[in-house]
Amino acid sequence: MIEVRVVYVIVMRELIKFLREKGRLVSTMARPLIWLFFVGMGMSRLVPQDVTGTDYMRFLFPGIIGMTILFSAIFSSISIIWDKEFGFLKEILVAPVSRFSIVLGKAISGTLLSTIQALIIMLISPLIGIYPSTGEIVSSFFMIMLLSFSISTLGIVIASFYENLESFSMIMNFIVMPMFFLSGAMYPVQKLPLILRYASSLNPLTYGIDGLKHVLLSEGINLDFPFYIDIGVLAFSSMVFLFLSTLVFEKIR
Amino acid sequence: MIMAPIIKTESLVKDFGKIRAVDHLNLEVEERTIFGFLGPNGAGKTTTINILCTLLSPTSGRAFVNGYDCVKEPHKVRSSIGIVFQDMTLDKDLTAFENLLFHAYLYGLNREKAKARIEELLNFMGLYDRKDEPVKRFSGGMKRRLEVARGLMHYPKVLFLDEPTLGLDPQSRANLWEHIIKLPETQGVTVFMTTHYMDEAEVCQRVAIIDHGRIIVEGSPDELKRMVGGDVVYFRARDNKRAIRILKEKITAQIDEGDGEVFVHGVKGDVCIPEIIRLLGEEVLSVRLQRPTLNDVFLKLTGRGLREGAQEDEFKESIRAYRRRFDRG
Repeated sequence: MIEVRVVYVIVMRELIKFLREKGRLVSTMARPLIWLFFVGMGMSRLVPQDVTGTDYMRFLFPGIIGMTILFSAIFSSISIIWDKEFGFLKEILVAPVSRFSIVLGKAISGTLLSTIQALIIMLISPLIGIYPSTGEIVSSFFMIMLLSFSISTLGIVIASFYENLESFSMIMNFIVMPMFFLSGAMYPVQKLPLILRYASSLNPLTYGIDGLKHVLLSEGINLDFPFYIDIGVLAFSSMVFLFLSTLVFEKIR
Repeated sequence: MIMAPIIKTESLVKDFGKIRAVDHLNLEVEERTIFGFLGPNGAGKTTTINILCTLLSPTSGRAFVNGYDCVKEPHKVRSSIGIVFQDMTLDKDLTAFENLLFHAYLYGLNREKAKARIEELLNFMGLYDRKDEPVKRFSGGMKRRLEVARGLMHYPKVLFLDEPTLGLDPQSRANLWEHIIKLPETQGVTVFMTTHYMDEAEVCQRVAIIDHGRIIVEGSPDELKRMVGGDVVYFRARDNKRAIRILKEKITAQIDEGDGEVFVHGVKGDVCIPEIIRLLGEEVLSVRLQRPTLNDVFLKLTGRGLREGAQEDEFKESIRAYRRRFDRG
């Protein structure tokens, strides 16, 4: 059962809080830019074009959009842990509403916020020589939304297993950073050793970034999966995560 | 007139592993009253509230709120209740108004109704002029009042207050109490509250004292206090010795003297004081009455104080209790 007003009010709360915290926006926007320009410029001197199939900065760009989504969606979802710590989650959990509506509200909040941030990063694409057409912009928009939804729902599943703020650095070090490094953002997945390639193929971010590469860098680049696989895996994983998070939310008291 | 109880439990049991937190609890709470659930820390008060709020399922036994089964009809129970938890559960980044609006949407009020209700309740709790301020700027007492307002937003039948005044300064406590005692009449709710402050339980119509998950006694505060054997009347006379001699001929109660005062134990103060005045007339210089507290009831029934083992702050409170004990001699 979906209660629209519940989903609406949860999304509104996250939006209001996001807009009030100016620092959060600045820091989530700064991270991808630092990676793109500082790491990207350094790496582009080391990585030959035939490895990535294009100029390294261009190769990195979809990965940086993926990174923006990864961080903002996970941040948004693990605000559930904050809500646990500061008690607000109890206020939501004792209300006569379905757990699914709560989870969906959180997932849509994460999707919305990370889509906004990813689109802001999209604006700088001409700086690194990517000039998307209108069609490509529309496709990237949907790709961004889909990836954001998948990561947000994954974030809710993760958040429901942790109780307090100390777990935050655990999540950063053992989930978020490995997800980024094993996503094909910085190097083509095919060039990784076999075991890491398997690990990457379990990572939803890999498919999102691959999908963005399909859309933004179609010509001559080394892609990892067919486009329909990217879409399919993201859609499927979102459903699984959404189902799982509703399930674990039922258990939270 | 017999009304169906608004809260009812039947042989309620809750185990946490080997520990039995609630032990065959039978409760009945009448509508539109303030019911006090009194006991030391760890007695099972919060566990009971959590079961009644459908946040915990009982190991065995049944619980009903507003006629609905807490296990089988949790949604209906949840719509019937408002809760103020022991720990703050407001969103500190949102304003008072936004916190209440969020709650209203969760409970299915539309925007127009919600706005009117928010205005009414913020006025009632004396917070209207601060409605657009973020909650993080509120004092402890204001946050509590806002939580009470929030608990009332959706016109619940029962408002649960779990240690509502914990950690508040005496002035904020008094202020919060002024508001709470009006609730049954003005808002038509039944208030079910837990506390381990004796003086707070005094305003309840009925009190149940719980220890180790069991109700050890239940009744109105007056009934319970009479169990300890009545009041103590203290007075000073021009000549205490002579006064005692006169009183002992007429009154059967135990009479002692100390610290320049005479005390008459185990009496009904409202009857005894006029009696003393009548017998001694202008001999009497001052009279005061010491009523037994609910702490005395607990002490008598369990052999230990309610606050014993309590870890909280409340340094002043314990000093006051200490003095009271000494004053009594």
